[in-house]
Amino acid sequence: MARNSARVSMPAKAQKGEVIEIKTLIQHRMETGYRVDATGKNIPRDIVHRMRVFYAGEEVFAMDFTQGVAANPYVALALRAEQSGEFLFVWEDHDKTLATVRKTLTVVG
Amino acid sequence: MRAHETLLVALCLLPAFAHAEPLRSGSTFLSDNLRARQADDGANPAMLWVDEGRRLWREKRGLSDRACASCHGATASSMRDVATRYPLVDESGRLLNLEARINVCRTTKQQADALAYESEELLSLTAFIAYQSRGLPMRVATGGTAGPYLKRGEAFFNRRQGQLNLSCANCHVDHVGKRLRGDIISHGLGNGYPTYRIEWQSIGSLHRRLRACSFGVRAVRFDYGSQEYLELELYLAARANGVKVETPAIRR
Amino acid sequence: MPTRRDLIVGAGAMALVPARAAATPELRDREIARLTGGAPVVDDGRVTLTIPAVAENGLSVFTTVSVASPMTPDDHVRRIHILAERNPISRLLTWQLSPTCGVAKVSTNIRLAASQNVTALVEMSDGSFSQDRKTVVVTIAACIDGG
Repeated sequence: MARNSARVSMPAKAQKGEVIEIKTLIQHRMETGYRVDATGKNIPRDIVHRMRVFYAGEEVFAMDFTQGVAANPYVALALRAEQSGEFLFVWEDHDKTLATVRKTLTVVG
Repeated sequence: MRAHETLLVALCLLPAFAHAEPLRSGSTFLSDNLRARQADDGANPAMLWVDEGRRLWREKRGLSDRACASCHGATASSMRDVATRYPLVDESGRLLNLEARINVCRTTKQQADALAYESEELLSLTAFIAYQSRGLPMRVATGGTAGPYLKRGEAFFNRRQGQLNLSCANCHVDHVGKRLRGDIISHGLGNGYPTYRIEWQSIGSLHRRLRACSFGVRAVRFDYGSQEYLELELYLAARANGVKVETPAIRR
Repeated sequence: MPTRRDLIVGAGAMALVPARAAATPELRDREIARLTGGAPVVDDGRVTLTIPAVAENGLSVFTTVSVASPMTPDDHVRRIHILAERNPISRLLTWQLSPTCGVAKVSTNIRLAASQNVTALVEMSDGSFSQDRKTVVVTIAACIDGG
């Protein structure tokens, strides 16, 4: 597929200081590089390398992947709601961006 | 082959008794973790294909330059109970499943090429449409024109096949709830398809699963969209009548 | 000598394991030493690795790491590594956290090629290291279809 479908589940609103749970998913085969095709030729490694989470412009979380992560990776993290702001989720290959998702969090109180 | 031998030995050791119990979804035979993952749209990888299907629903295609949305509406709410009624027999007497119906629209209304089974596009659209019926009980027609197809599907279900000489019923009626190595045998209802199967590391159609079953008993694997699997699919859906659609499900 | 349990890996998971030698506990320990720079690693109960004792399929094993930490700028979790001892490679993934996370709790699904011990190695902001290790038996479904 030309683009990798990705989705992020998180609340739209939170109390100041509340810790929320963020769940992320990206469609990706995470080809290990160990398999061979029907002709015996090696299928090259093709995986997500890194996921980065930005909150109000600052990188607050990242994950380095290897072929040891399951296909269609699910990653869940916690986050303390401090200020209203935009979230940016970026999944990267070693030389390109695979997907980006933008979310907005409104912080009250 | 190890898998074959172990399967045969495992089945020989299982006590042979049939028990009548209400048919329940395959999700009741999952581990707590997989069942929880299926129930959580934020964690269920199959939702990625539903998202893709939602996008494709609005894309114009073919010589007609029409999207699914052009005729059926932007939100697909018109698809609300469609999956509960498939497979069904159309006006011309043909047995159609959801994939076949999508392709009828593709070729006749959109004037585009039919989508191949297991293509990302067909899987995504089928998942998106069936998802509109999630939570609704299956209610396929079993009388009238469906009757003869249903009879053949039932005959297939009960027919021993393959080198292992097993019928669908041998596992999915006689040994429901028993272990097959790491697996627990379900009723084989197929009420969550297209389903994300951990073994496939991807979503897949019911026909893909049926081909895997045929492979499992070393029987002939019929083609995707074959009449044999369509009739079997109708019989499975009839068995599932009353059980809720779970698309997109997660299975082992 | 591989046990019968070790051989129950199946077509799906076998596809992940190369013909050459895979990671070993010794290679995992070497990787831990590389990541810690030789600093001591304590099993002090701060780290909890939650992973099924019996995994239904090695292709996707649900894994959660939780660390008791106030997650303040002065005292927080900096990194969490997941290590295998019988996969093709030792280090499966690394999470990088910041105090903004509020709570050190992360989850994902990993691939396990065979039954083995899985380690969560945690680096704290003060440079100290803690870990938790759990044993996972990897089973395989009977209904393998080779994809």
